[in-house]
Amino acid sequence: MNIVVAIKQIPDLTDELEINGEGTNLDHDALQYVLNEFDEHAIEEAVLTKESAGGTVTVIGVDTTGELDGALHTALAKGADKAAKITGDFPRGTDSHTQAKLLADAIKGMSPDLVMTGVQAADDRDGQIAPMIAAHLGMPYVGVVTGVTVKDGKAVVHKEYAGGVMAEFEVSLPAVIGVQAAHQPPRYAPVSKIRQIAKTAKVDEIAGGDAVGSGSTVRRMFKPESAGHAEMWEGSPEEVAEKIVALIAERGLLKK
Amino acid sequence: MSNDVFILAEYLNGKLADITHEMAGKARQLAAAFGGKAVVVLLGSGAKGLAESIGADSVLYVDDPALAEFNPEAYGRVLAALIKERSPRVVMMGNTSVGMDLGAGLSVTTGLPLIAYVNGLAADGGTLVATSQIYGGKIQAEAAPDGEACIVSCLAGAFPADAGRAGAGSAPVEQIASPVPLGDLKVKFVKLIQPEGGDVDITQQPILVSIGRGIGGQENIELAQELADALGCAVSASRPVTDAGWLPKTRQVGKSGLTVKPKVYFAFGISGAPEHLEGMRGAEMIIAVNTDAKAPIFDVAHYGATCDMLDLLPVLTEKVKG
Repeated sequence: MNIVVAIKQIPDLTDELEINGEGTNLDHDALQYVLNEFDEHAIEEAVLTKESAGGTVTVIGVDTTGELDGALHTALAKGADKAAKITGDFPRGTDSHTQAKLLADAIKGMSPDLVMTGVQAADDRDGQIAPMIAAHLGMPYVGVVTGVTVKDGKAVVHKEYAGGVMAEFEVSLPAVIGVQAAHQPPRYAPVSKIRQIAKTAKVDEIAGGDAVGSGSTVRRMFKPESAGHAEMWEGSPEEVAEKIVALIAERGLLKK
Repeated sequence: MSNDVFILAEYLNGKLADITHEMAGKARQLAAAFGGKAVVVLLGSGAKGLAESIGADSVLYVDDPALAEFNPEAYGRVLAALIKERSPRVVMMGNTSVGMDLGAGLSVTTGLPLIAYVNGLAADGGTLVATSQIYGGKIQAEAAPDGEACIVSCLAGAFPADAGRAGAGSAPVEQIASPVPLGDLKVKFVKLIQPEGGDVDITQQPILVSIGRGIGGQENIELAQELADALGCAVSASRPVTDAGWLPKTRQVGKSGLTVKPKVYFAFGISGAPEHLEGMRGAEMIIAVNTDAKAPIFDVAHYGATCDMLDLLPVLTEKVKG
């Protein structure tokens, strides 16, 4: 089973996001980048699939930060076998359409049985990468998947709908799967192991082609104005607890 | 190109999803501005009746046994063919489990741009302007397609549903067979899996003690459960907690979980991602506790505190017990 996982780095959302002077993009250079959390799940599900069905896992991404190696080394430490990065003039925040085309071109040559990616990323303004890769490769796609089981040239996947309802699909391989969550929480790789791998690991470099662009242009980026804000309680846990109890008692919801 | 606005109807278990009405209402506005029609595209097998309650100018109903249940491959093929054949100005779908399987792929196969996570749409002169909610709800991006035509995927709850419900008369329905063969699908629908019963029904609780990533670990769930016991209610959670397996999936509030409207909703250690807010913003009173004073949960909460939830929980439990 030849499994390829496509990954993407995005701004760390716990940071304060600043908008650039033109008001049309983030001030990307001021931001820390982290691996898209759904991609963490895609890596985990790929490694779990390899562990049960055999095969190899190759992790690949477009290096938009100059720091993709760190994410690739971490994936190797978690059980991926090979790593590759697509290089070229692709700045931070490169649109999904471009990243998907670059990834599909590179993945095509790898003849995968299964391509997994995170189902979405917080910066997918022009759409999710996974279905675009599938369309470029001419492969079937199912996304919002929480479990993949491979057998007899097929993947049985569980797709989530609202309200806890799920649908089971059987997908002929090769196929692309958009992972919402792995069967189990992404495993932890010790820093010492990642450092060790960073010393010896080989990351294949693939020169990317041209950017295709998103087909739309951002006119204005801004922070949403919230309609309201909570009345904030200062003070110790003791004081906060008293205020909460008073509120609940007022509403007659305290058990007697 | 026509000036029509297409809306992909979404339904599950024989029931239209609210987002279908939400988009239909918005589509009518846009179609009027562009001088076209709001056309609901309904795919199914013997599902024509679903069209009756949708408020739109017309309904295009594609009937095929392969469309009896949602199938991303079958839907993708039919929509690509319809878009090529009828070249609508705008194609609207949900940024939902259904629409997320389709929009981006259609953007590649049809060459139309896709603007995703849309919670605002307007016709500015002759141009469509779509506003996306990105970066976990922290940023709004207002964009226009470079050409005239565009696919947009809309967030649930972004537009009022009532504007897209049928008034006195239903819209005329044009029924067609699938414009493309659907006999050789690589994706096969097997079955729907309904949520497990037997656990607490969090939609029926007067109070919910809801916990998020801030709970830190499974060993701390007990602290939330003790508070819930003292209050006589249940513990619910945001996605990271159920993904980690610390609580069953039946306790998940939000987009892929359940929508709850309790009298009091406690959000402990929940940051308030848009997917979570979608499931709980209708609660009568929301009390949020999160050490990050800038967490978006405080924008929807009525009361908030930034103390450590792990310190607060035991103290609060004692006080509730009296």
